[in-house]
Amino acid sequence: MKLTFALIGNQNSGKTTLFNQLTGSNQHVGNFPGVTVEKKEGNIRKYKNTTVVDLPGIYSLSPYSSEEVVTRDFILKDKPDGIINIADATNIERNLYLTLQLTELNVPMVLALNMMDEIESNGIFIDIKKLQAELGIPVVPISASKNDGIEELIETAIKTCEQHTLPQKHDFCSGELHKAIHAIAHIVEDHAKKAGVPPRFAATKLIEGDAPMMKTLALHKNEIDLINIMVSDMEHSLGTYRDAALADMRYAYIEVLCANAVTKQHGETKEQLRSLQIDALLTHKYLAIPIFLVIMLSVFWFTFGVLGTALSDLFSAGIDYVTQAADTLLTQLDISEGLHSLIIDGVFAGVGSVLSFLPTIVILFFFLSLLEDSGYMARVAFVMDKLLRKVGLSGRSFVPMLIGFGCSVPAIMATRTLASDRDRKMTILLVPFMSCSAKLPIYAMFTAAFFPDNGAIVMMALYLMGMITGILSAILLRHTRFHGKAVPFIMELPSYRFPSAKSVLLHMWEKAKDFLVRAFTIIFLATIIIWFLQSFDFRFHMVADSGDSILASIGRLIAPLFRPLGFSDWRAATALLTGLTAKEAVVSTFAVLMGAGDGDALIPILGQLFTPLAAFSFLTFTLLYMPCVAAMAAVRRELGSFKKAVLAMGYQTAIAWVVAFVVFTAGKVMGF
Amino acid sequence: MTLDTLIIGSSGIITAVGGEPALRRRLLDMGLTPKTKVMVRKAAPFGDPIELFLRGYELTIRKEDAKNITIERC
Repeated sequence: MKLTFALIGNQNSGKTTLFNQLTGSNQHVGNFPGVTVEKKEGNIRKYKNTTVVDLPGIYSLSPYSSEEVVTRDFILKDKPDGIINIADATNIERNLYLTLQLTELNVPMVLALNMMDEIESNGIFIDIKKLQAELGIPVVPISASKNDGIEELIETAIKTCEQHTLPQKHDFCSGELHKAIHAIAHIVEDHAKKAGVPPRFAATKLIEGDAPMMKTLALHKNEIDLINIMVSDMEHSLGTYRDAALADMRYAYIEVLCANAVTKQHGETKEQLRSLQIDALLTHKYLAIPIFLVIMLSVFWFTFGVLGTALSDLFSAGIDYVTQAADTLLTQLDISEGLHSLIIDGVFAGVGSVLSFLPTIVILFFFLSLLEDSGYMARVAFVMDKLLRKVGLSGRSFVPMLIGFGCSVPAIMATRTLASDRDRKMTILLVPFMSCSAKLPIYAMFTAAFFPDNGAIVMMALYLMGMITGILSAILLRHTRFHGKAVPFIMELPSYRFPSAKSVLLHMWEKAKDFLVRAFTIIFLATIIIWFLQSFDFRFHMVADSGDSILASIGRLIAPLFRPLGFSDWRAATALLTGLTAKEAVVSTFAVLMGAGDGDALIPILGQLFTPLAAFSFLTFTLLYMPCVAAMAAVRRELGSFKKAVLAMGYQTAIAWVVAFVVFTAGKVMGF
Repeated sequence: MTLDTLIIGSSGIITAVGGEPALRRRLLDMGLTPKTKVMVRKAAPFGDPIELFLRGYELTIRKEDAKNITIERC
């Protein structure tokens, strides 16, 4: 029999580390349908017949975030054979709060009590037997980062599932609340069974005022009325709100439990004291921002500067070498001109240019996972939150946006770490407005041609315009597509911990694999299509002059769309189209279409196509319009839907048109 | 008094938690329930959000959200 386990726990409880220890590198990463919440699954090593699904890090089973809803739905609808609940033993009170809710789901369950090494080194004692008896579920002490207790955990989990041992205890409350839960469970029993929900879980959720549960159960009007009367009676006699009553009772139960089973000194653990000292510097009133900027600049310098460039160059040299070899071979074999061009100009050139992103991505994610796993990202969010709140985002979005100035692809991939679905989607839409480094050659060429004396100012203006558009766009999105309040920014600041090499390496591998898969599927296809359009005319003859190609014809067709922006020449439109493969291609396309040998020869003749104002308008459009295929593929992947990705592209291109139009018209009015 | 007005370094005991349902629920879930002792650890460089110490862990929360938590000084 194949066993499926759901791995559930708080954020920062070491869930990912445990998942990595359980599965090793055989993991599949995907999204839950319809939301941008990551779904990872894999077999437990040495146990081929088991699957573990890593569910998002959550603190409760309330219905207010998509992470919590996904977790609930997974357990209620996909019906895993068992739950492995991981809890941080150094923060046991808050972690057990989720445990108590999970036991109500009436699924075989094991509690993995993590970070036991820290518990021991701090002289804290946890009575595992007592905990087990009180919670009514098996408890296994582990240390995920030290790989301690994992075997025992696996064996216990499998045994609990195979014997289908359900949690023994459900009653953690007494008095009025207890009465209400039982009475309501009785009323909804039939509905709950029909909907496949444990009646007890249904009852507590109804008392908490859980709207989705109300809908799932499809209660009759008179039943709803009856429940409401019972709940308000309970509220009245307890003197508290319905949801507060349950949270209160759960925590009260846990407090008593911990007083009996946990012996600890008062105050902070050694790790917490160390974190406080580190934070005295890293979240210092005046030093926090400079230190953050220094850290990010070093990351950029390594990624896009020394290390990244060296590796990228090496990588491109390798690709060039293989391309050369293939080219020679094809010539020797006397392969037809069309196929030769497809392989060299289409496949090798296209995939090669995309592959040269790979070293950048790997290096960037090396640093990002160091920052994330050590606990520093939470501090960045803490420090930057006030700045981003005005646009309706939280501090967590700051880092992906910043990475966007380097490359949109890893920036979009980095939104995975954001805690809320809404923030993730919004950040994904905004990242491409941060001008990526691939657009620099375009700016450089145009400023050299049109604004030789004010190059720096024009560049600055472009970067600034990208950021302002991002901000305005965020405000616009908040009032339309993402209206309503943001998920409240209530975030744990975990103790600083040394990142484990295994987690960092697995993270890099995962991102690299993810990117490679896309490079050879969607990006591959896109580059072939562009190559085809560039190399053939409508009668499928290969063209000698790229001005006769299908792409050029499409360029001519759409060129009038850009007339209001000040540039209606088909060559500009065509360059924008080829820019979709990679933004650098805009420069080379102009060079080819204008008959210039290279970028330098292009500078004096660009003036034939643009007035300085139209050139600036063109740059504005280039800055903001839809990103390259690699970024598009990342957007599609992270949004989890092709349609949404297309909408996002349409949105960005529309914004680009409007802003460029405003720039051009305003410029004309001002007499430029 | 409310939690956002507590001076950095001092502690209070929660007496009530208000706010709109999603927010209140989140606060309760994180352990900010009545009778819990909370210490204000520090404020972020721009003065907001603030960092709290409760139930043996560190939590950060915005001042505007902390307004919904009534406390008694201790």
